[in-house]
Amino acid sequence: MTACLDISGLSATLGDGRRILRSVSLTVEPGEVRALVGESGAGKSMIGKAVLGVLPPSVRIVEGSIRLEGQDLGALSPRDRRRVIGAKTALIPQDPLTALNPSRRVGPQMTDRLVHILGWAGDRADRRVRQLLDEVHIREPDRVMRAYPHELSGGMRQRVLIAAAFAAEPRLIVADEPTTALDVTVQKQILRLIALLQKEHGTAILFVTHDLGVVAKISQKVTVLYAGKVVEEADATRLFADPRHPYTRALMAATPRYTDPFASLLPVDETVLAGLAAEIADADRRWEAGHG
Amino acid sequence: MAEPLFKVEGLKVALPDMTRKPLIGRAPMVEILKGLDFELPRRSVTGIVGESGSGKSTLGRALVRLIEPSEGSILFEGRDIAHLPEPELRPLRRNLQMIFQDPMSSLNPRRTIGAIIAAPLGQNGLGDNLDARVADALKRVGLPVNFAKRYRHELSGGQRQRVGIARALALSPDFVLADEIVSGLDVSTQAQILTLLERLADDMGLTVAFISHDLSVIRRLCRHVIVMKNGEIVEQGPTDALFANPKHAYTRDLIAAIALPEIDADWLKAG
Repeated sequence: MTACLDISGLSATLGDGRRILRSVSLTVEPGEVRALVGESGAGKSMIGKAVLGVLPPSVRIVEGSIRLEGQDLGALSPRDRRRVIGAKTALIPQDPLTALNPSRRVGPQMTDRLVHILGWAGDRADRRVRQLLDEVHIREPDRVMRAYPHELSGGMRQRVLIAAAFAAEPRLIVADEPTTALDVTVQKQILRLIALLQKEHGTAILFVTHDLGVVAKISQKVTVLYAGKVVEEADATRLFADPRHPYTRALMAATPRYTDPFASLLPVDETVLAGLAAEIADADRRWEAGHG
Repeated sequence: MAEPLFKVEGLKVALPDMTRKPLIGRAPMVEILKGLDFELPRRSVTGIVGESGSGKSTLGRALVRLIEPSEGSILFEGRDIAHLPEPELRPLRRNLQMIFQDPMSSLNPRRTIGAIIAAPLGQNGLGDNLDARVADALKRVGLPVNFAKRYRHELSGGQRQRVGIARALALSPDFVLADEIVSGLDVSTQAQILTLLERLADDMGLTVAFISHDLSVIRRLCRHVIVMKNGEIVEQGPTDALFANPKHAYTRDLIAAIALPEIDADWLKAG
């Protein structure tokens, strides 16, 4: 079976030549949720941006490939690449308020993609969006589509963006910290909604998050990232039962649990950090030797 | 049991609703806190939890009198400070300190860390031996003394939050308000800041109001909890009891919504 997303040996550098992605490989199989987890600066959002073809101009991919359903994005012309990415992927962003244009009504913003990128007729796009609004349990689609973003609550806006993401039946959705800005009860509703739609539509999701709790609830596969390098990759069940990399174990020990209030809350310790630094230095040495 | 540091009764706060302000004239008032009764026991960390819009930050701001309540009393050390005018509040300010959520925006980018920590010391009549006091404050939060010469942008997120703590504690206050002080941090940094605050509160005998949306963090750090919703207290009590036997449906919802880092196939379906 061809993977829905296949990232292989991906390295990216900043303008000064510093590597921010270090030979990252990961796959997302059709219909599967893979969590990409790491602390700030680990490069997890950068990977999502690379897949969506929206890397900042200062970041350059220097090696490796990104394949969407077997199609190598690097081998396509910029125009074809945009077309393939537009047809096969969608984004659920972190902050629905900045992702929506404040001066336009919500409805047209949802149909835009369908009409302008996929070339659907206006009424077909409209029907499709209404259907999806229904799937995300929005009872008054007319009111919501006529509303401006600020007239909707945070949870409602995130529902709108989830509906918009699934509307075009993408093969892959990149969800970039989609619940980080939300209250816990709303977060749970949104996670449930994403899980439900993901199953019904058979969509693959690359779920970027810093929250191991969210990872445990939403994903089947997990990639743990540190400083742009994959440190552990596993089935979610195995990862939480038996985390093997010291860094993964340290992250888990640093996460407070209300069920275990007297566990000592330990930050990632010096030994683990030194080990990570050595791993990265070693990887960089080998990479530089191969690219001297 | 000793008299509580804070005793609050019938606390109401109303603020102008700017979204409904007419072009000319005053904005209508909207009630943010709708009559709260609670105490903050001495030398103990009390968690204040609730979702956005619950009024937890407004409550904190009323306690340290950044805002004036519209009704009710706030007894601090037995004295009602609810409506004290600023000149009478000023001598109390040293004792009512706060640490903010975002140290990036609460630390002046153009001043050195040393100057930032020294400023409130000078204003509160502790201007002698400034360098030594700043050095003590830095040491207390585990930062090297030479950080006094650095600027905000040279520090990591965790280090900046340590500076925020150092600034608040340099005045040896009795009370510290900590408003979502770990919510922007990575878990590892969060663990450091929480254990630091836990230790300092213990060592210095601080009374802390710890505002957070994260019940796992509250469970870990706080002896008492106040659960807020829509400007009201729905439940309060000792943390152990509240988690063992949450009485209010909203408290149960909040606890059920916590995503623990454990595989649980039923979690998404339940609730």
